Amino acid sequence: MNFDEMGGPDGTVRDPYAALAQWFEAEDPARLRSKAREADELFRLMGITFNVYGDPDASERLIPFDIVPRILSAREWVRLSRGIEQRVRAINAFLQDIHHRQEIVRAGRLPAAMVARNEAFLSPMIGVTPPGGIWTHIVGIDLVRTGPDQFYVLEDNARTPSGVSYMLENRETMLHMFPELFEGNRVQRVNRYPQALRDSLAACAPDATRDEPVVAVLTPGIHNSAYYEHSFLADQMSVELVEGHDLRVVDGRIAMRTTRGYQPIDVLYRRVDDDFLDPLNFSPESLLGVPGIFDVYRAGGITIANAPGTGIADDKAIYSYMPEIVEFYTGEKPLLENVPTWRCSEADSLAYVLDNLSDLVVKEVHGSGGYGMLIGPAASKRELAEFRAKLEARPGNYIAQPTLSLSTVPIFTNKGLAPRHVDLRPFVLVSPRGIEITPGGLTRVALKKGSLVVNSSQGGGTKDTWVLEDD
Amino acid sequence: MLGKTAGGLLWMFRYLERAENLARLVDTGQRIALTRPDRSSSEWTSVLHTAATKHAFDANHDAVTGEAVIDWILRGRDNPGSVVSCIDAARMNGRLVRTALTREVWEAVNEAWMTVTSLLSRRIATRDLPAVLNTIRQRSAFVRGTLHGTMLRDEAYDFSRLGTFLERADATARLLDVKYYVLLPSAAGVGSQLDNAQWEVILRGVSAEGSFRQTYGQQRRPALIAKFLILDNRMPRSLAFCYSKIAGNLDWLHRAHGLRLPSQDLSQDMANRLSRATIESIFDEGLHSFLQDFMHRNASLGAQIERDYRFSA
Repeated sequence: MNFDEMGGPDGTVRDPYAALAQWFEAEDPARLRSKAREADELFRLMGITFNVYGDPDASERLIPFDIVPRILSAREWVRLSRGIEQRVRAINAFLQDIHHRQEIVRAGRLPAAMVARNEAFLSPMIGVTPPGGIWTHIVGIDLVRTGPDQFYVLEDNARTPSGVSYMLENRETMLHMFPELFEGNRVQRVNRYPQALRDSLAACAPDATRDEPVVAVLTPGIHNSAYYEHSFLADQMSVELVEGHDLRVVDGRIAMRTTRGYQPIDVLYRRVDDDFLDPLNFSPESLLGVPGIFDVYRAGGITIANAPGTGIADDKAIYSYMPEIVEFYTGEKPLLENVPTWRCSEADSLAYVLDNLSDLVVKEVHGSGGYGMLIGPAASKRELAEFRAKLEARPGNYIAQPTLSLSTVPIFTNKGLAPRHVDLRPFVLVSPRGIEITPGGLTRVALKKGSLVVNSSQGGGTKDTWVLEDD
Repeated sequence: MLGKTAGGLLWMFRYLERAENLARLVDTGQRIALTRPDRSSSEWTSVLHTAATKHAFDANHDAVTGEAVIDWILRGRDNPGSVVSCIDAARMNGRLVRTALTREVWEAVNEAWMTVTSLLSRRIATRDLPAVLNTIRQRSAFVRGTLHGTMLRDEAYDFSRLGTFLERADATARLLDVKYYVLLPSAAGVGSQLDNAQWEVILRGVSAEGSFRQTYGQQRRPALIAKFLILDNRMPRSLAFCYSKIAGNLDWLHRAHGLRLPSQDLSQDMANRLSRATIESIFDEGLHSFLQDFMHRNASLGAQIERDYRFSA
């Protein structure tokens, strides 16, 4: 039986949910149903949609929103946030190190091949220190829970984590629909995030900056799946939302074409992958980036957030070394646990994984979005056989983990509350001034009964996530 | 502001204005068809000319029928100038410039798109046509209203307004040009039924039957109609009115940027011409050639604004 965050099957309710449970008891289900529909309408009207690649009929979809909040106590959050901060500090130190002296490799704590032969390792970044020494300005740490005090890091998103607009809009929606809930519960606020993001980015401005740092958000364009979020963040920060074709190199700076001519940008929050950033230096066919931006970057003419090359920290083989990485750079025991991980590149591990395939979750080392993974217990014989063949052909491309008994939080259905599996992505801002974590984050929820896949691209939904004030 | 954003705002409002004018045009066509069935086919042909889509229509159809024309102009997915294509394009530009719009304006254009595309997802029955055309006009007007009521009067507002008036000036000129022959003094078989029908089309096409009557009472001389739609500065769809607005918005941009650009001179020239001209001088020059010249200059101004404010690289 998995852990339910609201309460046990005997009807006991855990403390953080006490006020919510009382409120829910007193509510008319019909009113809640109509509120749930109203939420959908609001999202559609505001255009909070995401695009689904390769599905022309449903080119814009809503991510289903569930009205039951997910609630963490102040005490639980303090513990989590300490662990997150430690991990993010370690990730930044790790990125700086592997692009310079590679002390961690010299110390024998990480095999050299993990860096040198890693597809995500960006050798042009060797010897580069980004402005302010910050590599990952924005990080999302995906957490799952299996018990009252048992949290695991499922993966690190140090490249371009998305979803923060949902964290913010979900809260706005709840405040709009259920103001009375916020009288009975003191919830830590999240709406400072856009200002904090802007301040944090501005604090990483490069030497070339003259006045108040000019920040801009770089989007691949309106057809990108996360375009809504890009425009939302630019709007909330009051900065320009630019595409590659708005930019060019002018006098050693990256400048945007405005109605008054070209104006230099100091900090570029890019939502474009490394490969597409600079057609001169990386993928030559890319139309999304800016020719020459990498040269300007290395000369200190612009800050790129997150720094190129941070994607290696998301690599799932690197992930398996994260306990060593945290300990190596912080000198402390990791506060957050990793999920035990078998690296299929190692013969013993591969043998174990093949023997126990139907109990394990197998993931591609560079995969994301829940694509290309196998959930052993839910897979058919044929799927297992197919994956076995893939593993044998390219073992180094995979890692495997035990199937965790993920916690559940209730969702509101036509038949009342029903438990569904959830994860949590808190958002972390890093600047020379420190590390700032917004209380809560984005809770993703698998809407199908029993499903463990929470990704929005595969039918997952979201919830507002509350961290209660200390009382 | 980014040059791209200025362009997106201008085009968003151009497309909304175009959708609205198309709805008016279909309404006039339908009105003629219902009240003067003998003239309906040639009237639908002139509707296609006014919408600048006759050629494309012919390439896709065997005959000009009311049903086919209405469907093509309202719902034609292969017709880049259909209402549904315009609403799509307006909303796409709105997404592109989302950061320059207030929440109200964005939600208004998004809702316009949701409502109108859903209305136009099926063939429109005759009995539903008036309501559909009304909704298209109302949705466009609603976006304009939110712009008015919520946007800061800065360059975003100026580019939005420029889009509205460049498009409106073009639409009015086009409507007049397609009908110019009935406005010529020689064509004035004064008061004949046939001519009244044509004038009705022209006035209804710019929602000006009432205001024309208020201005000129029962007089219906063609020269007055031409004067009203070209030179009357109180008439919000006249060429003179549009150009006083265009020159005004470009003037605000000039003040904000502190730099005088060629588009300011072009618009000022045209505004001056229109304020100095009399309807007699226009008829002397030739109404058709005057309108042709106007449309040409209006298009050139659009292109000049695009260059002056760096819409594209």
